[in-house]
Amino acid sequence: MAQTDLAGSPRRNGHDGPAAPGPPPALGRPSIVSRILRQVADQVQARVPRAGLEERDPDFIRERLPMLWLLSSLWFRGEVRGLGNVPDDGPVLLVGNHSGGNMTPDTLVFTLAFNTYFGVERSFYQLAHNPMLSMPALAWLRRFGTVAASPANARRALRSGAALLIYPGGEHEVHRPSWQSDRVDFGGRKGFIRLALQEHAPIVPVVSIGGQETALFLTSGERLARRLALDRMFRLTALPISLALPWGLNVGDMLGHLPLPAKITVETLPAIDLRAEFGEHPDVDEVYDHLLCAMQETLDALAAERRLPLLG
Amino acid sequence: MRTGAETRIAAPVEAVWALAADPANALGFMSGVTRWEAVGEIPAGLGARYRMLFRIGSAEIGGLIEIVEWDEPSEFAWTSVTGIDQRGRFRLRSAPGGATQAEFRLAYGIAGAGLSGWIAERIAAPTVSAHVRRSLQQLRRLTENEQARERAVAHRAPRPA
Repeated sequence: MAQTDLAGSPRRNGHDGPAAPGPPPALGRPSIVSRILRQVADQVQARVPRAGLEERDPDFIRERLPMLWLLSSLWFRGEVRGLGNVPDDGPVLLVGNHSGGNMTPDTLVFTLAFNTYFGVERSFYQLAHNPMLSMPALAWLRRFGTVAASPANARRALRSGAALLIYPGGEHEVHRPSWQSDRVDFGGRKGFIRLALQEHAPIVPVVSIGGQETALFLTSGERLARRLALDRMFRLTALPISLALPWGLNVGDMLGHLPLPAKITVETLPAIDLRAEFGEHPDVDEVYDHLLCAMQETLDALAAERRLPLLG
Repeated sequence: MRTGAETRIAAPVEAVWALAADPANALGFMSGVTRWEAVGEIPAGLGARYRMLFRIGSAEIGGLIEIVEWDEPSEFAWTSVTGIDQRGRFRLRSAPGGATQAEFRLAYGIAGAGLSGWIAERIAAPTVSAHVRRSLQQLRRLTENEQARERAVAHRAPRPA
């Protein structure tokens, strides 16, 4: 699951939008290594599925609910509070803090709770970044309503009256070190606020804890990803390093990992109608600070409830 | 998966029915129920629809249900319209001594869920059964307390000279 640069220009990632502006063309003939790398990158990007809204399949979701329930109830001892704060109908932007690496147990627990609470008939989408959608083993996510993170998909989902779950912190936050488990870190990304304003959708903050205890996350490796040019070639802004089952040292988390059975607690806060609370023309920075403050306070309270790692 | 429980309530059938069949009391005596609200124009009786949720494990599970049998004052039943598949039934029968034999049955599942559905139903069964038993116990307590209150009111009422 991932953030999308909603304020920026749409990028090519297997769905709508023009081709991404690549790095400035180098003067002279590119080296053979860079040509090979470019070809590999093009091949990989061409394999990223479209992952549009139409792939969501309510019957498929319904039939998988028992599996999710087993995982959520027995493995993660999931607890989701405050779903009554989500408006019963209409578009809504669910904004969450993100944890647990590419396995994202918080999303699993919340997706189950949302689908059982409101029913699979209510359209519910989640934005995900390309690496997740490209994994063949995770192709089923698209039928669950996971769509490629792009401004076009986000807008289309909200215009259809759906609930849309996004994680502005994306890769930056989901791979943060385990000792920063109790920190909300969106990395200054505010595009989601502009999206909510444009689409007149209320924002519902979703705060979770426990995901960062499902492995020992050491670093998100953002600097390493930049050094290796992974961001330019594969849109990978992080190269996380963690100690995780069954790999031991896990670099990249591309194959996922077996998450430890940490207790996952999710709290949904009251919906925020931006224009009602911040005036007709809300200041995006003010909204961002308010939202982050509310989510951090909730996360602090959830962290204070936990006595032991894993056990909760 | 099907579960059920029975209990004897020291009150006439009509008194038990008045409490059990009133949707306003559902949250009061139905154990594990977190939501029971009317949807549509029929507030109670045959054809009434409710959005109901049970807390089972890590999720609130349920959906839209519809009353499909309404035989006052002895029996009513519902079936699911959306959400998990479920059928519920309350049966009230007169018992000796002016009491009522009350039975609550609940069948649930998700068609097409395969092995995971089969396992989940069995793992959830003890919790669901406990909720069913507790619901009947709470209905009995509620009804018998109401009977005691009515007797006390009648006892305190001024008698004609």
